[in-house]
Amino acid sequence: MTSTVRFADVAVGTELPEASFAVDRLTLVKYAGASGDFNTIHWNERIALEVGLPDVIAHGMLTMAEAIRVVTDWVGDPGAVIEYGVRFTRPVAVPDDDSGATLAVSAKVTELLEDSCVKVAITCKSQDQTVLGRAQAIVRLA
Amino acid sequence: MALNPEFIGRTYPAGPSYVVGREKIREFARAVGDANPAYLDPQAAQALGYPDVIAPPTFAIVLSLEAANAALFDPELGLDYSRVVHGEQSFAYTRPIHAGDELIVTTVIENIRSMAGNDMITTKGVITTVDGEPVATATSMLVSRGEDA
Repeated sequence: MTSTVRFADVAVGTELPEASFAVDRLTLVKYAGASGDFNTIHWNERIALEVGLPDVIAHGMLTMAEAIRVVTDWVGDPGAVIEYGVRFTRPVAVPDDDSGATLAVSAKVTELLEDSCVKVAITCKSQDQTVLGRAQAIVRLA
Repeated sequence: MALNPEFIGRTYPAGPSYVVGREKIREFARAVGDANPAYLDPQAAQALGYPDVIAPPTFAIVLSLEAANAALFDPELGLDYSRVVHGEQSFAYTRPIHAGDELIVTTVIENIRSMAGNDMITTKGVITTVDGEPVATATSMLVSRGEDA
């Protein structure tokens, strides 16, 4: 692993560069194919509404994949992420329009650990509401 | 219907191995819009010390959820899959998955509990190479929403 961020250069409270990620219906179709998750609530509005959802919703695993990009873009080497976990607290509705949904992701260092590792807490919002709970990663820095 | 708590601790042996393809990793990375060269360019991955392109951190779900189906669709467990939503997910990596890996997943039912009319089941997929080298674990908590919840 070859993180481009040095352990010596971070502290509790260090903020990672924020990013936002667009998720539209095409994204959901591509993710369904790539992941093999063809659950109908991610592509069929009729079924999504029938089971009480507000609209077609993004795969939780897609949201999880986007949120960690703030960390992997920061460290450069994605293999530096040695643990990553989230709770799916709120569905991300993806309307059938030209813009879809936007995930706004921020993160900061919350703990310095042994072996040049740090714990990073991630915040992921859609329409100003948090969609992931207790999202955190452990990253090994240089 | 409540899940059978006697299933806690039950282990489901690995099914057929999964050979990780370079194009599959690229397809997954492109689907999430992530152009990190470590996922796309073998030379960039080698410069980081890996034998080939590596998979994004959440790629392991492709193997682990498929493997967990052996447990989740066990008729004696009593899970109504049409009412299932993904509650929590975590991964721990010994090393990143890379193209060329031949992997197997052993699934353990870690926990089953009921709360407010919902059933919660936690499965842990232990991912190793076919030679037994540890690679990662993927822990999934699924919620089966009760009829009245």
